[in-house]
Amino acid sequence: MLSLVELILVGLVLTNLVLLGTSRIGLCIRMVAFQGVGLALLPLLGHEGLEPEALAISGATALLKGWIFPLLLFRSLESAHVRAEVEPYVGYSNSLLFGVAALAVSVWLGGRVPVPDPGVPSLLTPVAFFTILVGLFGIVTRRKAVSQVVGYLVLENGIFAFGAVALRKAQLLVEMGILLDVFVAVFVMGIAIFRINREFDHIDADRLASLKE
Amino acid sequence: MSAAAFDMGALGALLRMAAGLALCPLLLGVINRVKAKFAGRQGQPLLQTYYELAKLLRKGAVFSTTTSWIFGLGPAAGLACGLCALALVPLGGQPGLFSFEGDLFLFAGLYSLGRFLTATAALDTGSSFEGMGASREMQFAVPAELALILGFVALSQATGEYSLAGILGRLDLARWQACGPVLALTAAALFLVLLAETCRIPVDDPNTHLELTMIHEVMVLDHGGPDLAFIVYGQALKMWTLGAVLAGLVIPARGDGAADVLLGAVWGVVGIFGLAVVIGIVESSMARLRLLLVPRLLVGATALSGLALILLLR
Amino acid sequence: MPARWTILAPAAAGAAAFVIPDNRTRRGLLVATAVTHLALTLLAFRAPARPFFDGALLLDDPGRLFLLATSVLFIAAAFYTMGYLKREASGSRPDMVEGRLFSNSPEARFTGCILLFLAAMSFVCLAQNLGLLWVGVEATTLASAPLVYFHRHHRSLEATWKYLLLCSVGIALALFGTYMLALSGGGEVSLGLPALMAAGPTLNPVLLKAAFVFLLVGYGTKMGLAPLHTWLPDVYSESPSVVALLSTSLLNVSFLAILRVRQVLCAAGQADFGNDLLVFLGLTSMGWAAIFLLRQTDYKRLLAYSSVEHMGILAFGAGIGGTGMFGALLHLFAHGVAKGAMFLLAGNVLAAYMTKNVSGVRGLVRALPYSGPLWVAGVLALVGMPPFGAFVSELTILRAALAGGRYTLAGIFLLLLSVAFIGITTACLRMAQGTRAQAASQTGGQFHSPAERQTGQSFAPREAWSAVLPPLALIACALLLGLYHPARLAEVMVSAARITGGF
Repeated sequence: MLSLVELILVGLVLTNLVLLGTSRIGLCIRMVAFQGVGLALLPLLGHEGLEPEALAISGATALLKGWIFPLLLFRSLESAHVRAEVEPYVGYSNSLLFGVAALAVSVWLGGRVPVPDPGVPSLLTPVAFFTILVGLFGIVTRRKAVSQVVGYLVLENGIFAFGAVALRKAQLLVEMGILLDVFVAVFVMGIAIFRINREFDHIDADRLASLKE
Repeated sequence: MSAAAFDMGALGALLRMAAGLALCPLLLGVINRVKAKFAGRQGQPLLQTYYELAKLLRKGAVFSTTTSWIFGLGPAAGLACGLCALALVPLGGQPGLFSFEGDLFLFAGLYSLGRFLTATAALDTGSSFEGMGASREMQFAVPAELALILGFVALSQATGEYSLAGILGRLDLARWQACGPVLALTAAALFLVLLAETCRIPVDDPNTHLELTMIHEVMVLDHGGPDLAFIVYGQALKMWTLGAVLAGLVIPARGDGAADVLLGAVWGVVGIFGLAVVIGIVESSMARLRLLLVPRLLVGATALSGLALILLLR
Repeated sequence: MPARWTILAPAAAGAAAFVIPDNRTRRGLLVATAVTHLALTLLAFRAPARPFFDGALLLDDPGRLFLLATSVLFIAAAFYTMGYLKREASGSRPDMVEGRLFSNSPEARFTGCILLFLAAMSFVCLAQNLGLLWVGVEATTLASAPLVYFHRHHRSLEATWKYLLLCSVGIALALFGTYMLALSGGGEVSLGLPALMAAGPTLNPVLLKAAFVFLLVGYGTKMGLAPLHTWLPDVYSESPSVVALLSTSLLNVSFLAILRVRQVLCAAGQADFGNDLLVFLGLTSMGWAAIFLLRQTDYKRLLAYSSVEHMGILAFGAGIGGTGMFGALLHLFAHGVAKGAMFLLAGNVLAAYMTKNVSGVRGLVRALPYSGPLWVAGVLALVGMPPFGAFVSELTILRAALAGGRYTLAGIFLLLLSVAFIGITTACLRMAQGTRAQAASQTGGQFHSPAERQTGQSFAPREAWSAVLPPLALIACALLLGLYHPARLAEVMVSAARITGGF
């Protein structure tokens, strides 16, 4: 029977597949929020007891990823009056097939990069690589700025999952670093998106192409 | 295996096959009754399909002059494929009439062959409607077949067996406890494949009367009489056989004693009818997907099977 | 103890700059902080190194070098900014490229962010813990993003967006690399550099190599190595020249981050893997930049691609190792000061000619009596003409490559250098020659500056000393580096090359 950690990792993979295949931005944002809340449980699962530090990290992650980021993203969608379609460069079916291929590659790569700690499920490195690949794919192949931010959040989720499970013994600095990173980056990006709304009348990163060569 | 056991085994398999032959039209009746109940209607009689088949077998058929012998071959060969699949499929953990290693691929191949022959017969009429239906059907078949094959490979990897009978025989409660999520993912993928193969909502609407929205119905538009009877019966057989695999996957009631075998068969039949009820519920609660979205759904099914396989290979 | 003030002083000044209401006081604060920072850095060359903050921050020899490079560029930037902010008109005015109205960000934000940027860069130079190193590089990204968006029009917004997105992705990948590095020590070893180097041979080689790849990709994005350099041309062309100059020191500091990681790799005996990757990325960057340099029409983008090329040279030199590392460190200084001077001069040219096109600028030497000749000198310093410093450094790297028997690589290096040379000199020297009238006739337009429109006379701008002295000083430094190295500086450079070269 899979442990709870492995179940969360499988859930991460399934939500990534949904993110690749769906055309509705609202669903994308909700899926990333869902991922964030699921990952927020990870710091609690490693330790034998419930340490207050782990609880604090967990709570802060759940709050940020599950509530604040989606709120910011939905706000910026509203103020831009955009159509709620993802409008990707690569079609949805192709994205899904890419997802399956990326999963296969991640499993192969993950098998070659072993995690020395026996308490860590062997599924961790492949799922982390897979989530990072899906995040990068989302940034590169999506047109709207909000979709690119969602892709970035997925990338961060993959890194967070890896750090939260593999580095249980290591310092808290690492987890704090990631929270700081995501928070400030998305906050600043959110501001940039708001400004993009005001400057242009779209948040179409594809049309941000006047600087060339 | 002693001769007596072999005889018992063969007799049991024949009985299960006979049950399948007799009961499969009832599945369509169950689905229609469920849909009617959801719509607040009384609905057709449960045995309506039998009456339809009887009526169609008595009728004559008109053949267009543009068609050739392929047009007549299509329905008959399709029925033959369905019957061969029925001979292969295990029910409730007990093997079918024939079973050998690698019969998974024969099973999937029989479906493909039947579909190919139906599509060829449709193209043979020279009608553009039927050609359109054939092209759509073939387009959806690509990811659906991939999902089916990957699902079977995942199942065989999970159980270590390479024949349908072996796989379904090994899927007991212990196996579910060992690799539950993998089996759940495969079951979900196979359910979507079932919907695609039997042309149910959300892939295809069997009740539509507008040719431009039909996929399977429009392929068989020009068949009449016994040919149409073969096609309808073939559809019911498809539902029974794939449903048997799925029911065997989902209901892990296995055992070796005689009572267990009987119970297993009963559970199998109950499972298939339960699946029919579920299909009826799905049909009543959803609309058919836009044609552009159907391949995405089926690629999603492929992704689920692929994921199950990858989870197993780690 | 002067080292910690190199971080704290700019940080405090930056925080103060946000709240000071008077522009002149703020600019004075900026210059004062720059002078203090340089003084502290020079003092640190004499004082012995002492670790603080639990051993996580220490000014060792590589740190001293990079801090000096940053400080010199910053003081030039500070003096230039003083005049620049005074000259920048307030309120909205038409954009020179598209004619739409735009305005500037508040000056307080600009000055404050510049100072915080300096604090973050000093932090990276001092960091001995790879986790803190990551935090510092992240802080530099965040501090510099508002600077790119100083002129608030949609092109700079586009540049800011690209910058944020690409650099955040790079930083995230670097964090993943940091995680794998921590894991390679079995989760027991801390991320402190001395601890990691001591535990070198016991580190898991596969995890270490994977970590290095991610860290190289991540910090390489900030450094401007191809193929992740695509934010560089846009940011450099759309932001004020001062910001471009400071970004040059940002590239240097990111190079330090990569070198620190390579130290760990060398201590674990995997040096060849790292060196090969660095050489490959270095040559790729040089090649990519050379292609884009050849027909470049915007002179700021030209300088940006030249930066990419020089970062490639740095990576190549670091990958060659041995004397090549010394050459790379020398090149860091030589390129930094030359590029800094060029950007400031580009700002002057832009202010005078009101166009970013190479074809729209002619007769620099005659029209701008101070900036023009400096422009020519700067071009020569940039492309590696003797007696400027870049010549010595590139020659050192070449000799190291030949001495190591890597003739093909040396050949490719030379070829790419020549291509870049052709690209830069044809564009820039053409800008300096001729007369201004030729430029006007080519653009078919009129003189754009308000003075000319009013008087209709020929062009004779007054050049502020704050716009001329900093580039002059920087080019003098470039000349100095080619002719003579002060003893202490040479000592520190050799020691730094030994520490970071990992041999």
